[in-house]
Amino acid sequence: MKDTEIKRLLSANVVSVLSIILTTTVPPLFLENFSVLGTHLIWLCICSICVTTVNIILYIILKPNPSSKRISFAHKVTRFLKCCVFFFISCILFHGIIVLYGAPLIESVLETFLFAVLLSTFTTLHCLCMLGPNIQAWIRVFSKNGAMSIWDNSLQITTMCSIVGAWFGAFPIPLDWDRPWQIWPISCSLGATFGYVAGLIIAPLWIYWNRKQLTYKSR
Amino acid sequence: MQRWPVLLFLAWACFLFFSGIGLFTSGFLLMRIELTNRSSCSDPLAAPAWAGQGVTSRACWMPQRVPKAVLLIIDALTFEFARFDPAKARPRPYENKLGFLHQLAGSQPRHARLYRFRADPPTTTMQRIKGITTGSLPTFIDVGSNFASYAIEEDNLLGQLVENGRRVVFMGDDTWDGLFPQKFFRSYFFPSFNVKDLHTVDDGILQHLYTTVDGGEWDLLIAHFLGVDHCGHKHGPDHPEMAKKLTQMNEMLRSLVDHLANDTLLVVAGDHGMTETGDHGGDSEKEVNAALFVYSKTPLFGAHLPEEPETIPQVNLVPTLALLLGVPIPYSNIGEVMAELFSGDGGTALAAFSQLSAYRINAGQVDRFLHSYSLAAQDLPAERLRYLRELFSAALEEHDRLLAQVREGLPASPEQEARLGRLVVRFQHYLREARAVCMESWARFHPLRMVAGCALIAASCLLCCVASELAAALDFSYRSRLLYPLLWGLAVAAVLGLAHLLTREGLDLILVVSWSAATSQLAFFWHSWGRRPRRAHLAGVQPPVANVGLWQRLRAWQGLVLPMGILFIRCCAMFSDSFVVAEARVAPFLLASLAVLLVGKLHWHGRLTAPEAPKQSPGAAFYQKESWQLLCLLAVLLACLRLSGLFHQCREEIPHCQPSPFLAPLSSLQSAQAKNLFYLLCVASLAGLVYAVRCWLQHYGNLNSASPLVLFVRWAFPLLAVWIACYWAVTSGAEDTLGKLQELVQVALVGFPQAVYGLASLGLLLVLWTPVTVFVKDSRESVGPIVTPYQGAPSSQADLQHVIPQIYRRMQESLKTQLDRGHRRATVAAYGLGSVYSAALVIVLTLLGLLLLTLHSERMSLAFLLLFLEGFVLLQIHAWVVSLAGDAEPFVVPWYAVTAWVFAATQFFYSTGHQPIFPAIHWHAAFVGFQEGHSTHLLPAVLVGANTFASHILFAVGCPLLLLWPFVCEVPNSQRRKLKKELREELQEKEEQPIMEMRLRESPERFSAALLQLGLKYLFVLGVQLLACVLAAMVLRRHLMVWKVFAPKFLFEALGFMVSSICLLLGIFLVMRVDCAVSAWFEQLQPR
Ligand SMILES: [Zn+2]
Ligand SMILES: [Zn+2]
Repeated sequence: MKDTEIKRLLSANVVSVLSIILTTTVPPLFLENFSVLGTHLIWLCICSICVTTVNIILYIILKPNPSSKRISFAHKVTRFLKCCVFFFISCILFHGIIVLYGAPLIESVLETFLFAVLLSTFTTLHCLCMLGPNIQAWIRVFSKNGAMSIWDNSLQITTMCSIVGAWFGAFPIPLDWDRPWQIWPISCSLGATFGYVAGLIIAPLWIYWNRKQLTYKSR
Repeated sequence: MQRWPVLLFLAWACFLFFSGIGLFTSGFLLMRIELTNRSSCSDPLAAPAWAGQGVTSRACWMPQRVPKAVLLIIDALTFEFARFDPAKARPRPYENKLGFLHQLAGSQPRHARLYRFRADPPTTTMQRIKGITTGSLPTFIDVGSNFASYAIEEDNLLGQLVENGRRVVFMGDDTWDGLFPQKFFRSYFFPSFNVKDLHTVDDGILQHLYTTVDGGEWDLLIAHFLGVDHCGHKHGPDHPEMAKKLTQMNEMLRSLVDHLANDTLLVVAGDHGMTETGDHGGDSEKEVNAALFVYSKTPLFGAHLPEEPETIPQVNLVPTLALLLGVPIPYSNIGEVMAELFSGDGGTALAAFSQLSAYRINAGQVDRFLHSYSLAAQDLPAERLRYLRELFSAALEEHDRLLAQVREGLPASPEQEARLGRLVVRFQHYLREARAVCMESWARFHPLRMVAGCALIAASCLLCCVASELAAALDFSYRSRLLYPLLWGLAVAAVLGLAHLLTREGLDLILVVSWSAATSQLAFFWHSWGRRPRRAHLAGVQPPVANVGLWQRLRAWQGLVLPMGILFIRCCAMFSDSFVVAEARVAPFLLASLAVLLVGKLHWHGRLTAPEAPKQSPGAAFYQKESWQLLCLLAVLLACLRLSGLFHQCREEIPHCQPSPFLAPLSSLQSAQAKNLFYLLCVASLAGLVYAVRCWLQHYGNLNSASPLVLFVRWAFPLLAVWIACYWAVTSGAEDTLGKLQELVQVALVGFPQAVYGLASLGLLLVLWTPVTVFVKDSRESVGPIVTPYQGAPSSQADLQHVIPQIYRRMQESLKTQLDRGHRRATVAAYGLGSVYSAALVIVLTLLGLLLLTLHSERMSLAFLLLFLEGFVLLQIHAWVVSLAGDAEPFVVPWYAVTAWVFAATQFFYSTGHQPIFPAIHWHAAFVGFQEGHSTHLLPAVLVGANTFASHILFAVGCPLLLLWPFVCEVPNSQRRKLKKELREELQEKEEQPIMEMRLRESPERFSAALLQLGLKYLFVLGVQLLACVLAAMVLRRHLMVWKVFAPKFLFEALGFMVSSICLLLGIFLVMRVDCAVSAWFEQLQPR
């Protein structure tokens, strides 16, 4: 059973990675002057939207955490709305944290906010898909012994990798190399993206290597 | 409790670091040997005579061309100030104000010319005066001696003039008095020290200038105006005051020219430029770009008029003036004559011959200097010297050949003119090459000393690390780890000293100190190593135990990964000039990351979630209430970090940087409304600081007793705040509006800060005298002895130490019964005993904070409020983390806390408006309370140093709080627990009384070990950063940015380390003093 789960996870992650690669290769066919560095904001939007849709579709197809109870339609709608609210709050929160970390407060608000949206897509959206708008479950998953399935493990790894990637992305900014990718927030968003991709690739491999040690508590 | 050994050990560790710093500095900072040789008229350097040369009476090396000269130095006269651009429609305040110069140059192009006057860094006034008079290059280390002017030992222009019987009259900046004592025929000195005073010097000069010029009793008249420079420091160049000042200078020049005789040469020069903020000292384009203007009523220049003003190095003025005035060129000059001034009225060929003889003398003098210098010091590369020699002799031969041709009477042909031109170029080339060689080789290092200094610092770091690990074990023997190493060190020092005495060589103090430090270090490591094998052997007997030990050790190291990783990143950042430049933002970033990662780690380990989750929601985890509070604290910390960025100073490497408006004093604000608003804000922050401290003390019961210290806190703190507020009110008021009150204002400007200094020092002395702030309520009448197991007085110290906690428990108990049950039983109650150590520290910190805040400009008080808030939040987070992590050893301060504390100190170095560059030093701090200047150099140095390292001082003195705070914060936890389980476990609860800091007194051995460990950890974290800085400066010593970025950073870091380590010792000393006092207090209590 575990092996099939890992395969499902692997395929889902590969699809996600491919979707991110597509966001850099496909838009130039339709948009003139498009480049990840040159028109960074557009790329941020496209990447966020693309990752969001791919994640939702994957969630609908794979249903990693199937719920035993049948849920009414109204419940589903409120749940969806709640998810939207959560996502928005997380964008605001990320924006705040980024500013507290030293991003400019007033200039380039749009850039900062889109970067926050990107980070939310890589982290919060995943959580929302997997765990729903349930803070307690999030707190549980992001602790040492909190993972209850390989999906939770994957969530842990991708989230941390994205955030660490964004953190490391801030390092080249002060250097005086005068490269186009040193402009705020390009290096950070690229770092987050690379971290996310790395997380997506690492997660199945890590789970595969540690499959003997991983034992999950039953729900 | 071992007090002196702990202090001695820490002092020894500091000494090891200091010796390393000293050794490195002696190898790193530039040095140049000053030759004492002097030029004289009889030196065989005079140019051979040539046909057509007029013979004048005074001929020494070269015939005198100008009998008299006026050298006007307008301090900080940037080229931009002197330039006049008629096309400019709306000139800025500093532009187009010296119109007279333009007018002269335009109407008499052969009489007047404007140059760019390129200053050699460091661009401080004293270094520049040295450059303008000796023609030599200053070295880096001279920057620091700006406070102390020392007489110039090298041969210089003034000395030459005086020796040749000329009269030099001086008026203006009294720095010259220190540099050239007893050299002037007549002099009018005016105090230069007060940079806020725009007019004293200038008005004084103007009073004497014209009468002196008309009197004619002088050959060289030097006038040094300071107003422009002071105006730059006070208001910046872009200010209406600057326009006024420059207009005044313009008028002065106009009337001076009217008074000048026909044969007098007028030289107007700026000693350096200024940055956009009006400062100087560094080597940025704006600072080195000064102006030079030359004028005479007889024609000086040839017909050729350059398009753009030429750039002249500052040292070139020396040989030019010397030869024009007919005195020998100073011996150590490496400047090049300004040939145009030697062209005279004749034709081109004649002019060229005249120029050539000036060049020849100049080159001969430089060649002679290089020769003597290379004999005195071997640092000029021999190869380059040989090359220079060849250049020189070739040029000389060619010149001789030409002169011989002229004597034979060859007519000046175009071919010959071309040869003349080529020869001029050859001389120029030689002189410029020679100057370049000197500049390069005076950037000379002692690699061996540098490496040894680095090694010493690295070994000291290792020692701190090892000793802090050893101190945790209680068998730390001071005999083998402190006494023996010290004895070894002393022995080596004594031997070296004796050897020096016997060989009668000059005693190199730094070497002796370093050798003894190294030996004592070796002795320490040897003694520590000697103990190790036995332990390993013991462990080897029982393999499983060893394995467990290893595993545990590895796990213990896991906790180190986070703080050490962040520290490592910070150290790596020291090696990049961009990161050093951006450090003001790097430090808070890393501190924020450290805090967030710390809390994240706690979360990951499930310490934040409630242990028992409600059953109804499976797979869910809830946060405890404390966890939310911790998150709130974290948010406050991040907010503090971000807000502190509002107070940053700029450095020129950062493009588009605007210095924080808060750095400017209130008096510079134009709008009265904004001024009032900010004033109220500053006073509010001051009041808030004092009020918060009082509240804290009140909360822990340290504000109840009637001891002098408590009375001081109650009454003198508000008084201090009021005085500071009054002082701000006086300084921020506009200076001219007060009219008759001026005298009163002057008194207040001196009185208020001095009163603050006095009262604060009184407070500090009080803390040392009676640091105990415990209130005893003794209403015993019918109660038996407090201490049950003992009868009678304690016989020994050991007894007493056992007794004290008992007394404390008993007091607590009786207090509790009295409060809880309302019984009126007579008891002894002690308030504030649980926080007695912290209270003393907090009081000292507040006093220091108020003192340091006075030294800064008014609006920096907001930054200080932020500093105290951030310190408090850091301590609070630390205490929460310790209590939530649960498994931590209470007497060990974890590395993350120490690292965060050091980072916060670094961060607030920047957030109190400082940068590790010389122009950013707040010199005005020396005048807070001393408007008239100083008679000594120590006091201003202390004031400026305290201003610069304010955050280092505060955080280092407050360092012991890291150990104390978790104990102080014990109370709320226990109270909470008490509320919960009151009914169930009342009995047990009595055992668990919160005794806070008295827990430390219960085990005095561990307390002293903990203090030692904390001190060593703090020194280690500081030392590692210093090591990174030192390594960066050493490895990158040929880097383009070394003098701009790495060397100043190293100096500031080293000074900061010294200040921090001394203040750390003071903080730990204070804790021990409180401990003494508490012991005495208990003893006093005992017999009753
Ligand atoms: Zn100056
Ligand atoms: Zn100045």
